[in-house]
Amino acid sequence: MSITFAATPRTRPPDTTARARSRRGRALRRNLTGWGFAAPATALVIGLSIFPAVWAFFISRTRWNGISAARPLGWDNYRNLVQDPDAAAAAQHTLLLTVLFVPGSILLGILLAVALNQKIRLIGFYRTCIFVPYVASAAATGILASFVFNPQFGAANEALRRLGLPQQGFLEDPGQALLVICLIALWGEVGFCTVIYLAALQDIPRELVEAATVDGASRLRVFFHITLPELRPVTVFTAIWQTITAMQLFDLIWTTTRGGPMNSTQTIVYYIYELAFQTQRLGYGAALAYLLFAVTMLLTLGVLFYSRRNGREAF
Amino acid sequence: MRWRLPFSPWHLLLMPLALIFVLPLVQMVLTSFMTSAEINQFPPQYLPTSLHVEGYRHLLQETPILRWFANTVLVSAVAVVSHLVLCSLAGYGFARLKFAGRGLAFVAIVATVMIPIQLLMIPTYLMFAQIGLVDTVAAAAVPWLASAFGIFLMRQFFLGLPVELEEAATLDGCSTFRTFRSIVLPLARPALATLAIFTLLSSWNDLLWPLVAISDDTKFTLQVGLASFQGTRRTEWSQLMAGNVIATLPLIIAFLVAQRRFIATMTFTGLKG
Repeated sequence: MSITFAATPRTRPPDTTARARSRRGRALRRNLTGWGFAAPATALVIGLSIFPAVWAFFISRTRWNGISAARPLGWDNYRNLVQDPDAAAAAQHTLLLTVLFVPGSILLGILLAVALNQKIRLIGFYRTCIFVPYVASAAATGILASFVFNPQFGAANEALRRLGLPQQGFLEDPGQALLVICLIALWGEVGFCTVIYLAALQDIPRELVEAATVDGASRLRVFFHITLPELRPVTVFTAIWQTITAMQLFDLIWTTTRGGPMNSTQTIVYYIYELAFQTQRLGYGAALAYLLFAVTMLLTLGVLFYSRRNGREAF
Repeated sequence: MRWRLPFSPWHLLLMPLALIFVLPLVQMVLTSFMTSAEINQFPPQYLPTSLHVEGYRHLLQETPILRWFANTVLVSAVAVVSHLVLCSLAGYGFARLKFAGRGLAFVAIVATVMIPIQLLMIPTYLMFAQIGLVDTVAAAAVPWLASAFGIFLMRQFFLGLPVELEEAATLDGCSTFRTFRSIVLPLARPALATLAIFTLLSSWNDLLWPLVAISDDTKFTLQVGLASFQGTRRTEWSQLMAGNVIATLPLIIAFLVAQRRFIATMTFTGLKG
């Protein structure tokens, strides 16, 4: 059959214009097929983010309570933000939270992943224990945390008492609340980092490790000279992801301190929420959100640029 | 001769860590079965004297928690199904099909992850108010129909699949869609499972958006219901913990059922970067 088919002479070679037309037709068909696959999800994601984001920019240049007519202000909201002591304090709290949370979750994530990658007994049980808090919502975690860290009857103070250590105010102490929130966030979110590092560890070529071991490298040397460098691209991804998580942390603060005590846990996103949805200052809130967005973007581009220059592709 | 120890020193690290991660959750369940008197006792008690179900009973009587539960199930079910269909289609498009504007569209999608949700909520709320979606259960579901993360995850997975099978199918005269449906999708089952879990987690646990979009307490999701309940009755710990158990346990069970596949897929998808 195929021989007959191949031997069938072409009746007429197609002329050039027809071929050009069919090439254009094929390109059109290809574009239509491609967009047919991609369009629904793309339209939803872009329609629910880029479009509102552009709209929010226009809102950020007005004074508006959402009901009466918006009054155009130009760049005034942005100018006022620079002098707003509440925004400065919120920025400080967000920065502190990010600086503690991101390296904390990366270090703890690597440590846990290496430990969970061992072939020892009970490993399935350990893995389950460490991932389970990630499954619980930040809201549930916050409610649970305000119980555990309750200064009067909470388990945390009881543990300190048994160890003979002084009692703490935790979430009710302005000097500690942010640190406690950071600890709770680590407890709840580190499962994500761990699962990603665990996956990356299992991807490291076994030959590399074996070759080094045969050459007499100790376990610690293998870890620092082979494992860690192999994990670099993953670390770029987790650093960006966890930075975004830390800077946009809201649910946990809402269910524990609501920004208190004495504004000590008021972060940028919390302040935006308060401005836009509690005091109805939509324009001012949108302007602050834009500043946060700009900072996140610069940070992300910085990390990506740095990692590309070092010859490590992140994505 | 070296001893082969049955006991590894890793246990010394993992055992206390595992306890730190899991004990608060155990305490949550235990507290939900205590009476207020037991909870406020000093020194604190960790085990209930017997199983008291008052917390659960009061919760059922005083709040529409069953309604909230049903709303959450609905939102999550719609989110998971829609994510599986739309994100796998788009992921395949971005990974394999060549079309005009592909690169730009993908970069735009990934960039949206950086936009703070509080920024989007202001115009989205106005938009939803215009079309009458505010204060409906649907309002909670719409933002979860598709996500940048889902598209990214599926694209990464498809990029890692060998292309030969698809080429063979095309040579045999399969249309692009048929190749996708009958060859590619069955291979993508582990990635789809991972996507389903992540979508379930994030839609089930979403608090902020439904908090803004819904004010009628019969339309609440579990998270909003719990948070509002906490705001009004801070001291009823047994009820709060009972609510926490109801909101958390279904997902923990789903996770326990699917976790082996979940961890295996993470290795597989190259989500790691």
